[in-house]
Amino acid sequence: MMNIKKTLNNSRRKFLKEATIAISVVAMAPNLVIPTLAQPLDIDLGEYKPSYFSANEWAFILAATDRLIPADATGPGALDTNVPVFIDKQMQGRFGNALDWYMQPPFLSAKPEMGYQSSLTPAQTYRQGIKATEDYCHQTYQKSFAELSDSEKDMVLSQLQLGEIQFSDLSSMQFFSFLLQNTKEGYFADPIHSGNKNLASWKMIGFPGARASFKEWVAYPNVEYPLGPVSIEGERG
Amino acid sequence: MTRQNKPVDVVLVGLGWTSSIMGMEMTEAGLEVLALERGKDQNTVPDFAYPQMADELTYGVRYKLMSAPADSTVTVRHSSQDVAVPYRQLGSFLPGNGVGGAGTHWNGHTWRPMPEELRLRSYVEEKFGADIIPEDMTIQDFGVSYEELEPHFDFFEKILGVSGTAGNIKGEIQPGGNIFEGPRQAPFPLPPLQRTLNDTVFENAAKIKGFHPFPLPAANASEAYKNPYGMQLGPCNYCGFCERYGCINNSKASPQTCVLGALKQRKNFSYRTGCEVIKINKDSSGKKATGVTYIDPNGDEVFQPANLVIVGSYAYHNVRLLLLSEIGKPYDPVSNTGVVGRNYAYQMVGGATLFFKDKNFNPFIGAGGNATVIDDFGTNQIDFKKEGFIGGSYIFAAMTNGQPIRNMPLPSGTPSWGADWKKAVKANYGHTMTIGTHGSNMSYRDCYLSLDPTYKDKHGLPMLSMTFNWKENDIRMTQFMKKQIEGIVEVMKPDHVDYSFKDFGSEYDVRPYQTTHNVGGAVMGTDPATSVLNRYLQSWDVHNVFVMGSSAFPQNIQYNPTGLVGALTYWSAKAIREKYLPNPGPLVQV
Repeated sequence: MMNIKKTLNNSRRKFLKEATIAISVVAMAPNLVIPTLAQPLDIDLGEYKPSYFSANEWAFILAATDRLIPADATGPGALDTNVPVFIDKQMQGRFGNALDWYMQPPFLSAKPEMGYQSSLTPAQTYRQGIKATEDYCHQTYQKSFAELSDSEKDMVLSQLQLGEIQFSDLSSMQFFSFLLQNTKEGYFADPIHSGNKNLASWKMIGFPGARASFKEWVAYPNVEYPLGPVSIEGERG
Repeated sequence: MTRQNKPVDVVLVGLGWTSSIMGMEMTEAGLEVLALERGKDQNTVPDFAYPQMADELTYGVRYKLMSAPADSTVTVRHSSQDVAVPYRQLGSFLPGNGVGGAGTHWNGHTWRPMPEELRLRSYVEEKFGADIIPEDMTIQDFGVSYEELEPHFDFFEKILGVSGTAGNIKGEIQPGGNIFEGPRQAPFPLPPLQRTLNDTVFENAAKIKGFHPFPLPAANASEAYKNPYGMQLGPCNYCGFCERYGCINNSKASPQTCVLGALKQRKNFSYRTGCEVIKINKDSSGKKATGVTYIDPNGDEVFQPANLVIVGSYAYHNVRLLLLSEIGKPYDPVSNTGVVGRNYAYQMVGGATLFFKDKNFNPFIGAGGNATVIDDFGTNQIDFKKEGFIGGSYIFAAMTNGQPIRNMPLPSGTPSWGADWKKAVKANYGHTMTIGTHGSNMSYRDCYLSLDPTYKDKHGLPMLSMTFNWKENDIRMTQFMKKQIEGIVEVMKPDHVDYSFKDFGSEYDVRPYQTTHNVGGAVMGTDPATSVLNRYLQSWDVHNVFVMGSSAFPQNIQYNPTGLVGALTYWSAKAIREKYLPNPGPLVQV
């Protein structure tokens, strides 16, 4: 399993290196000098040591997010953009620990329209959800999730999403829903949150990020905005 | 043990729009005024400063400016037969938090209601007959007329610096404005915001259909502006960070940008943050308040004596405070008696998402109030008897932001993840626009607010419980609006369109964001048997308690509530200054 993870990361790292070179050539213009960043944002996914997830959980996160947003000719994937790093950091903050949510008992079952009624925090949901998914993969395929073929991984993820895999102590749909939500957040959020590395998703769609000033360009309807994105830390893409 | 503070003339509960206005009015009357705000202090600088405000995850997705359910929330159920469960995670509505309240993170849509909406029951009975009102529908007149409120709408619009085009000045119809609006004494203080592509596309189609498009009245300053309090607004730069954000630019009207800067300079005004009012205290007669009890930042209980208590917190917090203080008789839907909690209502919204391959909307270039509207299907334009419902909506095309985590509409049938999802993201981002409906919501005998028997807040006090579900009348109304939008979309010829309107059998769902326009529960009116407050927003039962905000609406209007909330606050302030202070006591005799 660890070998697979390593291979995966090596190929992503190679892709990223090439992508970085391509970006720096574009950024050579003197008016586009990247300012010194307060914290390094170019975390290397292969070198990153997760703080919340164990090695086995991390292998699952890498493999799952890689299927949710795969790298291809359309644009960068979840691994290229450090989505797993984003998720690991979220687990340790207000979101992962549900610090802003009302988490007092009693926890009653209610119609789905009544919203979140689980006693589990998102971080606990990930931990239990990954374990339950791994148990399912071992029972069904005699392999861990990361060792499955791409189509098998997609099948398992779809089954989680549709609630077709039933877990005893939590909702597989809720687990998948957090995973998908956080994967997209890490892909599109400002890099200050450790995802969206090199502003790559914003470049793909043409979102200028934290520029937040369009007083002139509002006068040009239906004309493509000409400037690339900037981040809160001042990184440009 | 309860500590006791030095008495003040007026204590304000909360410090958002209504308390900021009341602070100005009451200090001007020479009174010593203290505001108690539950949340933290916040100012444009440093709290809303660029660049940290341009952070979709923190503010747009994780709701940093909102009231966290961990601190305060409600329980929800569809009917009184169900057990209510907590609104544990924000979704459907987003109450504000801290100084400025929801006035810091709104979009700036600033409306006056239609004159007919303020006397809805009378209007319906006179025009269509009382028999078209369903038996369990508890709609009422507000008890104040549009004509009485007009000067206050006008002044509030000048405080906010509203950008717009008037449709009716002193009875004369103005082309390019909302020709269905009530007469106004003056144009908007600022010209409309610049038009964006979605506005033009919608405007052209609406005109072809014979409708009357106009720019949405926006509290986003289109030009530099100084308001009557001397507060300076900067021109909006269309940054695309309005809703859920504080304005980086001093452009979007908020209590901070429009009122508090002036109010804080007054020597007879003070405010304390981190102070949560848990009770309005009464004297032995039960007819007069002696002040309020609050929990201070150390967790200590403090009694604040005051001659006048003005409640100005979020709508349902107002109702809860009245219930906790035993002011007014709690509503009982079974016997249909009591008033506090009665007539809770929400808002009926729907929308269409249009996809155009050949149009580039640059959706990140936007302002909160950046929209074009038609009001041809407003409350006063529909034959309720013929259509089989009571209510109305405005229909609007808005472009408020292109932040990609939340604003990523994809054509129906697109997978939610994987390579095809990403392909659709790349192909569709920036090529969509929406047409929305924002509509009224009637009040009903079985939709109400009460204290929850089980769940408590962090102080051990009962939480407020909402009992609410959609009703056939309101679904008919939104389905009627869907048909109108379909007609407009046909003219616009998008490559693809998806509709999202509630259908018959839809149950209220707390998960997707809908609107923060919760109203009712402490309604104003002319009869103490069916209202908590008289027409001056004064408690019928305890004459020195006044309650501001949309909790006073006996049903929801078809518009965003802030314009009416502001005007009602000035209306109440005038009554306090001119009638109550010279002669304290009930302002309406029954």
